[in-house]
Amino acid sequence: MSKTILKVTNLTRTFRVGGFRSRGTLHAIDNVSFEVRAGQIVALVGESGSGKSTIARVLAGLYPPTSGTIEFEGATLGKRMSRQVRGRMPMVFQDPFGSINPVLRVGHALQRSLKLHRSELSKTEREQLAVEFANSVGLVPGEEVLARFPHELSGGQRQRLGFAQALASNPALILADEPVSMLDVSIRIGLLNVMRKLRDEDGASLLYITHDLASARYVADRMIVLYAGRIVEEGTTEEVIAAPQHPYTKLLMSTAPDPRLPLGGSDGSDDLGEPPKVIDPTAGCRFAPRCELATDECRTKDPVKVQVSVTHHAACFAVKG
Amino acid sequence: MSTILQVRNLEVQYQTPAGPAQAVNGVSFDLASGEFLAVVGESGCGKSTMLFAIAQLLTYPASQTGGQVLFDGVDLSSLDDEALRLRRWRDISVVMQSAMNALNPTLTIGAQLADTCRAHTDWDDKQIAERSAEVLAMVSIDKVHLSSYPFQLSGGMRQRAMIAMALLLEPKLIIMDEPTSALDVVAQKSLMRQVETLRQKLGFAVLFVTHDMSVVSHFSDRLAVMYAGEIVEIGATREVFDRPQHPYSVGLMEAFPSLLGAAKELTGIPGNPPSLVNPPTGCLFADRCPKVMDECRKSAPELLANGPHSVRCYLVNPKARG
Repeated sequence: MSKTILKVTNLTRTFRVGGFRSRGTLHAIDNVSFEVRAGQIVALVGESGSGKSTIARVLAGLYPPTSGTIEFEGATLGKRMSRQVRGRMPMVFQDPFGSINPVLRVGHALQRSLKLHRSELSKTEREQLAVEFANSVGLVPGEEVLARFPHELSGGQRQRLGFAQALASNPALILADEPVSMLDVSIRIGLLNVMRKLRDEDGASLLYITHDLASARYVADRMIVLYAGRIVEEGTTEEVIAAPQHPYTKLLMSTAPDPRLPLGGSDGSDDLGEPPKVIDPTAGCRFAPRCELATDECRTKDPVKVQVSVTHHAACFAVKG
Repeated sequence: MSTILQVRNLEVQYQTPAGPAQAVNGVSFDLASGEFLAVVGESGCGKSTMLFAIAQLLTYPASQTGGQVLFDGVDLSSLDDEALRLRRWRDISVVMQSAMNALNPTLTIGAQLADTCRAHTDWDDKQIAERSAEVLAMVSIDKVHLSSYPFQLSGGMRQRAMIAMALLLEPKLIIMDEPTSALDVVAQKSLMRQVETLRQKLGFAVLFVTHDMSVVSHFSDRLAVMYAGEIVEIGATREVFDRPQHPYSVGLMEAFPSLLGAAKELTGIPGNPPSLVNPPTGCLFADRCPKVMDECRKSAPELLANGPHSVRCYLVNPKARG
């Protein structure tokens, strides 16, 4: 098995919310532990409000963690990250229109990354590398694309540039926060293929954050399902898709839009509910209010992780190991 | 069933520095009352522009340059602003893509619903409050949210509040412009089911635009596939999904990963749509088409019926010469 590059242990991040009278603590992520191994794509899957983007932001150093440790490439990360660490773990953002400076040429975005993180290279070497990275994410011909301005690129091309920029900083792990959710369906697949290529040909590792199980299945080796800040299920992609254990994973599976599925009628309620905002939580499974299987035990005790197989775990009282 | 909306050879152009861009090019279709028609296509194919043209909401640099939009037999494009105002919300409602931008952030949901009622009815405050609570209940929003501001609602609830507003005066047609694209999959499914339940109960027709055909696959009666301002395929939804005939529809169908079956490599549709300012002669999809033939580059095919649905392609209709 390949070596572990990222090990997150009991990571918690809370936010203070409310005003003077009703102050509360929002638990965005609560005791989350997981690992990413070299050469793997790991998908973090969950609805809006599940804490998946908070995890990416804590990892990228945009928020400090409230508690818990992050071990990256063998070293524990402190409160402040060095430039070197940031370069080893770059982030690709969701919005390709808000994350690129519109007044500078496309090539600048790459040059800047190279200058900061590969300062040992000469100018010509950097220029060559920039073209190489552009080509490897499908921005062809590289020289020509790099001379353009961001407004001349389509949404899909901008997101490709996001990945090229991430490559330029010599990464060990790329954090991709919903990189395709703002793109057209017909363009998404091209970008998902870029992610697969980066893993298969360039040996990159990625943490892919998404709400779409089908795209997670397409690219990821392992899948971690989050609900209201906690991990409810994790396993290899095919295990989770073939035999989802947690009722929430099953809900996500049933809502994934797929024309190939038979035409199913509405089974009772049209309102599938929404994830809770976890403010000052008490013990108990957070999915219990939406869960058909919920018992009194679920409402009063935190479920523990049950082993389904060596590589597949779920946190639910209804799952028998 | 009677026809409620007839679109005939609709043409829309955008004025650009390089010349006029033909965003919608000779689109024709009928919509029966109570029918759900979905229009799918990628960004820039003219699908939203077409909706705006039908709702008479085009502003410079876009303008309708030809064709008719007949609603109940009346050409909407011939009406003046006041005549249109009377029809909006009463006959035709529009649900926009981004509810956060479509709702006024400084007014409560209740105030915005009341605004619509006051502009179109002579109801008193009590009637308005009752009707507002009623439409919110239809979309599973508790009436306490009449006094909530848009920022206090989640994305899915905001979008449902927009639909509640569209239902206020029981219009015959609701036009929806990608109402699900800002939502995650669970909220998407909730919203689609609710639209479907309400349509069956209230009997309004829906014209629904999306880039993600999997969203509508289980809900629409008919499906139109648009490419570069033209309808390239239109037919019964299941028919188009099960037996897509235009190479572009086939490509779209194979562009999204599935949870079913063996994992397989997907390719999507390589290339970009053609320039609408200087469109190539012949079929507009020819440059990206895996099955392109010589005649595709010589003249543009017409949209012709082929069995249960209509297709614009020489491969399917060898005689489709324009």
